[in-house]
Amino acid sequence: MTNPVSVAQVYEWLGEVPDPEIPVLSILDLGIVRDVSVKDKVTVTLTPTYSGCPATEVIEDSVLEALKGRGIDDVVVNRVLSPPWTTDWITESGRDKLRQYGIAPPSRSREIACPQCESLHTELVSEFGSTACKSSWRCKDCLEPFEYFKCL
Amino acid sequence: MTSDETRIAYTLRLADNALVLAQRMVEMVAAEPELEEELANANFALDYIGQARMLYTHAGQLEGKGRSEDDFAFVRDEHEFRNLLLLEQPNGHFGDALVRQFLFETWYLHLLDGLIACSERGLSEIAARAIKEVKYHSRHSSQWLVRLGDGTELSHERVQASLDDAWRYTGEMFAADEIDVAFQREFDGPDLAAIHKLWRRDVEKTVAEATLRLPDDDWMLSGGKQGRHSEHLGFLLAEMQYLQRSFPGATW
Ligand SMILES: [Zn+2]
Repeated sequence: MTNPVSVAQVYEWLGEVPDPEIPVLSILDLGIVRDVSVKDKVTVTLTPTYSGCPATEVIEDSVLEALKGRGIDDVVVNRVLSPPWTTDWITESGRDKLRQYGIAPPSRSREIACPQCESLHTELVSEFGSTACKSSWRCKDCLEPFEYFKCL
Repeated sequence: MTSDETRIAYTLRLADNALVLAQRMVEMVAAEPELEEELANANFALDYIGQARMLYTHAGQLEGKGRSEDDFAFVRDEHEFRNLLLLEQPNGHFGDALVRQFLFETWYLHLLDGLIACSERGLSEIAARAIKEVKYHSRHSSQWLVRLGDGTELSHERVQASLDDAWRYTGEMFAADEIDVAFQREFDGPDLAAIHKLWRRDVEKTVAEATLRLPDDDWMLSGGKQGRHSEHLGFLLAEMQYLQRSFPGATW
């Protein structure tokens, strides 16, 4: 039996599944969708961001729900570890969305730009933010506090 | 011992380390001295719980008897746990807990590095995921050791005592028994003697930076890896396993 749905269509739907911790990002923006296949059933392969990320199961349920909501009942969600996720997997459009949301995207540079005014005149307030992946910063020009998505 | 038995036993030791340490860290939730540490500790504990889950699941798959991560975590008895004695010791004060993290994480980082290169594919993949987290934890515990050691006279004295107390538990990390030897031989696993040198180098460096004194290597305690535990593990398990023991199979 061939599936009536295309891979591209599944990707489009997955682009509407938000990351529960940073809902402005979809799971595609976050770069955790490793594969989609539509052979006899729809299989979506995901990778966790961190080992203990409490969002992993929520995300898997949201994927099932999103596809079932579109009438695709035979769905399997797989989990792979290799290669491990790093912040390099976040897409360019994901980085733009983070900035608009007020979170500085991960950067290989030592200077972190303020997501509000783009100033590089910023300082680290705390290495540990509200979730494992974020640290707290402050902009010394516009004085706004902001979160930085740590580079990992 | 067959090679499957070797890798199952080896995986369970790693899983027990992660779970028992996580449980100790969970005991500190809402008891950290400041908010930043509260967040760091809780998030790091989550990483270890995540690692334990992956490792137990892997062991269950290798074993093929249908045991789940929860079966390993919640219905095994004390003598079946194979974690290091260091990790089951009570938290003590902030400096004690910190020294435990520092000594363990410095070792674990090198162990994971060795596991990435091993031929047991599941463990290699889990190690590649975990090392990214543990690198970060290890930076945190090293920084704190320096901050406390090179801090006030009182913090220096207290963290030196923590280091002296914990030292006797470190020998077990490097004492290769038949499981370590078999895993190294059959799966190209980590070499504990080589890791001992790297660990010693890293620990010496941070301890010196913290203006602390390295304790002498005299009498070392061991037995955790073989299931002979201190009296503290039983209490830890009693609390952790209470719900599953009272209501077997409960879910929510
Ligand atoms: Zn600014």
